[in-house]
Amino acid sequence: MSQVVSTRMRLEERVKRVLGSRGALIALLALLIVAMWLLAAAQGIPGQRLLSLLVRGVMLGGILALGAIGLSLIFGVLRIPNFAHGDMMTAGAYLALLALSFLPLGAPLGPFSFGYELLVALVVAMPLVGLLGYTVDRLVFRRLRAQRSPPVIMAMAALGSAFLVRSLIYLFWGADFVFYYTGRARPAIELFAGIRVRPDQLFILGLALAMIVLVYLLLERTKMGKAMRATADNPELARVTGIDTESVIRWTWLIGGGLAGAGGIMYGLDAQLRPEMGWWLLLPLFAAVILGTIGNAYGALVGALVIGIVWQVSTAFLNPAYGPGVAFVILILVLLFRPQGIFGRPGGS
Amino acid sequence: MSDVVLVRSLLLAIPLAFLATRAMPRRLPPAARLVLGVGAGWLAALALVLLVPVGIMAYLVSFAIVGSIYAVIALGLNVQWGYTGLFNIGIAAFFAVGAFTSALFTTTPPTGAAAAFTQQAFGLGAPFLVGVLAAGVAAGVLAAVVGGPTLRLRDDYLAIATIGIAELVRLIFQNERWLANGPQPFRGIPQPLSCLVRDAGCPYLPAPLMELFAPLAPRDYTYVYLAITALFVIVTFLVLERAIRSPWGRLLRAVREEEDAAAMNGKDVARAKLQAFVVGAVIMGIGGALYAHYMVAIDYSHFDPLYATFIIWVMLMLGGSGNNRGAIIGAFVIWGVWTGAAFAVDALRPVLAAISPELPARGPYLRLMLIALLLIFILLFRPKGLIGEERFVSRHTGEREA
Amino acid sequence: MALLTIEGLTTGYGEMEVLRSVSLHVEQGEIVSIIGPNGAGKSTAMKAAFGLLKPWQGSVRFGEREIGGLAADKIVRLGMCYVPQTDNVFPSLTVEENLEMGAFVLDGAIGPRKERVYALFPRLAERRRQRAGKMSGGERQMVAMGRALMLDPKLLLLDEPSAGLAPLLVDMIFERIRDINDSGVSVLMVEQNAKKSLELAHRAFVLVNGENRMDGTGAALLADPEVGRLFLGG
Repeated sequence: MSQVVSTRMRLEERVKRVLGSRGALIALLALLIVAMWLLAAAQGIPGQRLLSLLVRGVMLGGILALGAIGLSLIFGVLRIPNFAHGDMMTAGAYLALLALSFLPLGAPLGPFSFGYELLVALVVAMPLVGLLGYTVDRLVFRRLRAQRSPPVIMAMAALGSAFLVRSLIYLFWGADFVFYYTGRARPAIELFAGIRVRPDQLFILGLALAMIVLVYLLLERTKMGKAMRATADNPELARVTGIDTESVIRWTWLIGGGLAGAGGIMYGLDAQLRPEMGWWLLLPLFAAVILGTIGNAYGALVGALVIGIVWQVSTAFLNPAYGPGVAFVILILVLLFRPQGIFGRPGGS
Repeated sequence: MSDVVLVRSLLLAIPLAFLATRAMPRRLPPAARLVLGVGAGWLAALALVLLVPVGIMAYLVSFAIVGSIYAVIALGLNVQWGYTGLFNIGIAAFFAVGAFTSALFTTTPPTGAAAAFTQQAFGLGAPFLVGVLAAGVAAGVLAAVVGGPTLRLRDDYLAIATIGIAELVRLIFQNERWLANGPQPFRGIPQPLSCLVRDAGCPYLPAPLMELFAPLAPRDYTYVYLAITALFVIVTFLVLERAIRSPWGRLLRAVREEEDAAAMNGKDVARAKLQAFVVGAVIMGIGGALYAHYMVAIDYSHFDPLYATFIIWVMLMLGGSGNNRGAIIGAFVIWGVWTGAAFAVDALRPVLAAISPELPARGPYLRLMLIALLLIFILLFRPKGLIGEERFVSRHTGEREA
Repeated sequence: MALLTIEGLTTGYGEMEVLRSVSLHVEQGEIVSIIGPNGAGKSTAMKAAFGLLKPWQGSVRFGEREIGGLAADKIVRLGMCYVPQTDNVFPSLTVEENLEMGAFVLDGAIGPRKERVYALFPRLAERRRQRAGKMSGGERQMVAMGRALMLDPKLLLLDEPSAGLAPLLVDMIFERIRDINDSGVSVLMVEQNAKKSLELAHRAFVLVNGENRMDGTGAALLADPEVGRLFLGG
């Protein structure tokens, strides 16, 4: 009798372990994408359209990655689930809009819809968003850390900051949507094999990749980058090792915020600017971060690409409005089977 | 004294008598407290109805209705966060599911020309209380589905998952026309006991009772509805006060304080968390139903994260989490700040216009800023809220426990 | 003058008092061991020595300077480095990066310091590009000690360096501790393995229930019948 029970326990244990393995999660995600593809094909959607969606999914994944990398670093290094991250992206988009209003309107660059001034605005807005994040940290999170507040209080303060940032955006720019450029519709061009994308989207993808490479170099090659990874690994050990955690925190906000700002600008360029745009991205961002393991910047990139692709491809047969809902489904799958994410160690979180 | 004044004051006396009874000195015997409290409450109600101008009174009554609805939802959140420490930032999901469920249960599907404008999955034409019950059940089921996979994980995962469910629920009610009229408002949600204020009367009530309410005109309906919402607040409050002093309540607080110290195994902790999450959601769903029947027409935009989640958090944090009285007070104070700030912003219009011509139209967002700042200040300087957690007197040992 | 002096130290966590009026000191060039039964407050004494706990009473001095409650980055600059008992490497960083983090407070080139650590632990040189999280327990202990040596400290604090290691590895780690000491670094260590650590240590302090019980040279304590009864099963 007890023999039977223990065998069954072992079997359950084994099934659990297999389901919770990295391979199983990746297989599950692959299965999801294939299933979506088949579903779309069954509805008679041409392969070219799906390929175009795939390319756009990679681009959207690039935008999400810009937000998710910073979110993951802040989560890992500071232990703050930064619910204001989406609104920091929004702030980036609007700060760039502000910068544009001071700059002369230049001719469009090549096939793109924007002129050099958007690049200037990008360079201006990114550090400002980083500074915004660091300022909030100095005013709010630092005190909470000093009071040894539990993580949920940090999360709530982040939520409060999110609404504070958004209220400022509403006050300065109103609730209506705006565009960086009006009347400059640029037609989609054919890339190859019938895949059609807009030139701006290629630019967005290129820029996102360039920034991700920069982040990679920073994290792998610079002392501060390594210290950030070390702090994300084990903040207590980082402290006793003599790592200056205050400056690690400062750089984490500056980099995380700067990337979020860039992501917001890219998202605004691809669609339009709205005060709620970042809030809507929050769920996909967290899904990407948890999928790729909290604190792991490369995991966040992988997670963001998966979410971006699934989101876009799902629009072939699903109301596009449900994009964030698709991200939610992935989030729940990850939480069910492997809450530590693709790159996490079992038992760890 | 006209009849209508009398009836209004009687309806208003329901919440006031309850408040007065609770305010009576503890050393009086319970029966005396009840008699004195009811008397004082009714006198206060009479004074209000007689002395306050009708227009202002109408405003105060509708203010109190919304305050009561928020109070119910804040009580639900208190079960989750205050007692058990569950961080739910998707209140909107349970609020909305409750509202739409009750609406679907109590309306009848449109026929004829109206069917072209309103679509709904079903309409049962059920009574109000059935709708409320269904709202609670639906929200509770949703909570069980979300809580199952997430409650056994880290606290912050629940927060993220609840954001997700709130967004998903909002998207569904925004996009699925067949379900509850998609992006268009879902109209015609019946008002309970509205027959009291109509000439035809309520056929199911005994004649003497009907006669008592005969002086009421349709514009007096808010008094009736205030009585209804006040009863819901009172019942919810009393039930929760009982529950929190029961062994179950102690279990929840043990879970919140430190799971390991609670000398129980992981399964018990998980079950207690799920129970608290579901019970809280049921109460939120009931709050949603109360909201739907008050508004008569609802749509997805009523359940955005600001009005349906964030503001409720500020209410609970202000009142003091873990304190039912605080949750109710917090709901009324914040709702008062919110509506009062609207007047302040209105008064500031000329100043705002001087700064920028566009600013007066955006004035309402100053309120959002105010509320967000308020939350941050509470977290920084008064993390236990204005009142703080009640200390409980254990019924069995007489000892005070934290 | 003593390198590290703890005098009449009373401290603990929150409301809970763990150490009561504990005194101990480490002289230049010594290996000093703290032994005692479980829950005696050995690791707490170590944390207090590194300034991680504020003294409620008494003092912790490094040289002349009072360091109780001083920030960790200031303390490592003074020349005292600490190796915690568990979770003492950065798992996602390579061996080499772990060592670099040990020298975070330094600005200039740290190449020669790394080479010195590699000379002490040749195993680490072979695996310098490997992630520390993928290494065995013994190798991790080497990484942790190597990281603490990067600053060329005057005093090294080791919290149970042999915890969870196979006997063969324990001997190896103890030999390395002697090598480190021979190169001029003083060592203060906490050990469960009382016999081995008394053989290694110049002096030792015995803590029981958060209070000093006795102290003396390693050899004298090894021969002491009470120590034998308490720890050595004799």
